[in-house]
Amino acid sequence: MTRQGGAALGRVPVTLVVPSVVGLLLLLLPLGGLLLRAPWGTFVERLGEPEILDALRLSLLTSTIATAVCLVLGVPLAWVLARTTFRGRGLVRALVSVPLVLPPVVGGVALLMVFGRRGVLGQWLDDAFGITVPFTTAAVVLAQAFVAMPFLVMAVEGALRTADPRYDEVAATLGARRLVTFWRVTLPLAGPGIAAGAALAWARALGEFGATITFAGSVPGVTRTMPLEIYGAMQSDPDTAIMLSVILLAISVAVLVGLRGSWAGRT
Amino acid sequence: MTEKGLDARLVLRRGALTIDVTLQVAPGEVLALVGPNGAGKSSVLRALAGLSDLDSGRVALGGTVLEDAATGVRVPTPERDLTMVFQDPLLFPHLTVRDNVAFGLRHHPSAPSTSRRPARERATAALERSGLAQFAGRRATRLSGGQRQRVAIVRALACDPGLLLLDEPTSALDVAVTAQVRAFLRRHVRDFGGVTVLVSHDPLDAFVLADRVAVLEEGRITQAGTPDEVARRPRTDYVAHLMGMNLLRERDTFRTFSPTAVTLYGEEPVTSARNVWRLEVTGLVPHGDAVRVQLRGEVSLLADVTRAAVADLDLHEGVSVWASVKATEVTTFED
Repeated sequence: MTRQGGAALGRVPVTLVVPSVVGLLLLLLPLGGLLLRAPWGTFVERLGEPEILDALRLSLLTSTIATAVCLVLGVPLAWVLARTTFRGRGLVRALVSVPLVLPPVVGGVALLMVFGRRGVLGQWLDDAFGITVPFTTAAVVLAQAFVAMPFLVMAVEGALRTADPRYDEVAATLGARRLVTFWRVTLPLAGPGIAAGAALAWARALGEFGATITFAGSVPGVTRTMPLEIYGAMQSDPDTAIMLSVILLAISVAVLVGLRGSWAGRT
Repeated sequence: MTEKGLDARLVLRRGALTIDVTLQVAPGEVLALVGPNGAGKSSVLRALAGLSDLDSGRVALGGTVLEDAATGVRVPTPERDLTMVFQDPLLFPHLTVRDNVAFGLRHHPSAPSTSRRPARERATAALERSGLAQFAGRRATRLSGGQRQRVAIVRALACDPGLLLLDEPTSALDVAVTAQVRAFLRRHVRDFGGVTVLVSHDPLDAFVLADRVAVLEEGRITQAGTPDEVARRPRTDYVAHLMGMNLLRERDTFRTFSPTAVTLYGEEPVTSARNVWRLEVTGLVPHGDAVRVQLRGEVSLLADVTRAAVADLDLHEGVSVWASVKATEVTTFED
């Protein structure tokens, strides 16, 4: 909607301006409402409550671990998708993005089917090691990693694809084997893309609700993360729920600002 | 021919083009592969480097088989005793100039220095020898194009490989720095004890740097020899025009003459010259003080004429003119 373009091609049609303004309001009004109704007076006091602090600490811890899991598994996966050719690569890429469109609750049910007591892996873990995954902090991390991984893989794969493949070739002619090239050339060059992917994955993990409550439940201090705490608080103490929501909103905006250099701020 | 050098026969299929070349280059020798764009020069270099597969043939370096399509032997690029300079410098942008040079020293098979510090020290020494010490601590991205390409040359040579591949090393540079980088390359390649294969479409690269020239046209080597031989006795129109010469061939007899020896007329000339043709102008290019006219017909010629002649004869593309050359200006040689 630059001035020159608009002027040269004629007036901007009202039929397009009206829905776009309404759409923008739909996105921004709820956020404004949240800030208007926030209990600013008792904000600090409420924040000091042990249950709130537990939820905050648990959320930060689990989403950070989940992001680390996504990095360790997702960056190699993105590399394989971007730098190798094999039969069914297109299918694998499509499967990676399934959790993006899958309702998180369904993800939670699916995780239960695998890691639950009667699950494919869960039963074996229980029999062999006495490990039960569901309704533990590990389950929270697993659920978060499940929903966040596609964000990381897609961001990193995009970064790897746009990187000049000739750097890999130069590295090979200088004697670097593929793993050396991966560590010393490919990863540093894809650094900004990896950081962006990690930030997106972290933000997604932090907000995870549906898969978590299905697969990990809502045990205070163990699996009750911020979104679950908010949901619970809405029943009894809406002001606390609003305050927690404002905190999550602030964190999300901070992630966006942090990403500004990579893609969110692109014009 | 040579146990120690490069001994290669490469057959590569690239769409409709089949490249089939045999290369034998001794250590210390520089072979320039010249030819028009699309002749397959870069494909040959990439296949030697192992960056693409051979369709058939065999590559051996220093008596070691790097690839043999018949036996299925294929040494991966990182394990081949070679380095390559590309058209673009491709210095790693996240590393300093010193670390770019040290990268090869740490990993290359012929440079068995493994840890970081000795590799850095050797990189610094290599940069000093090449007069680039002042750039050592800088990020590669802070250098100019010519400086970057010089560092890329040092990076490739510091490994002291058995085979150095140069893929159009001066063609992506500004005209102003091309000559400097070419001189730099010449100094370094002269001192280099390994095999050098250079690919270029710029004849100057070949003549300044090479001991031997092989002309690649449509996948085949159409002429090979020392730069002098090729320049004096071009065998194909491409080579002749590359040298700024005209070539006429009748069976085994070749006749060459300079574009300045060609005279153009608007009418059929009354002249003692035996060689007169009616040709069509297909192009006009400024050439120094003169204008180089490209002509097509029963023969294809280049003619250098004055700007005044262009105006007088109203030369432009599509015009038919008469061209002649004096017999005294023609050099004749037999196959």
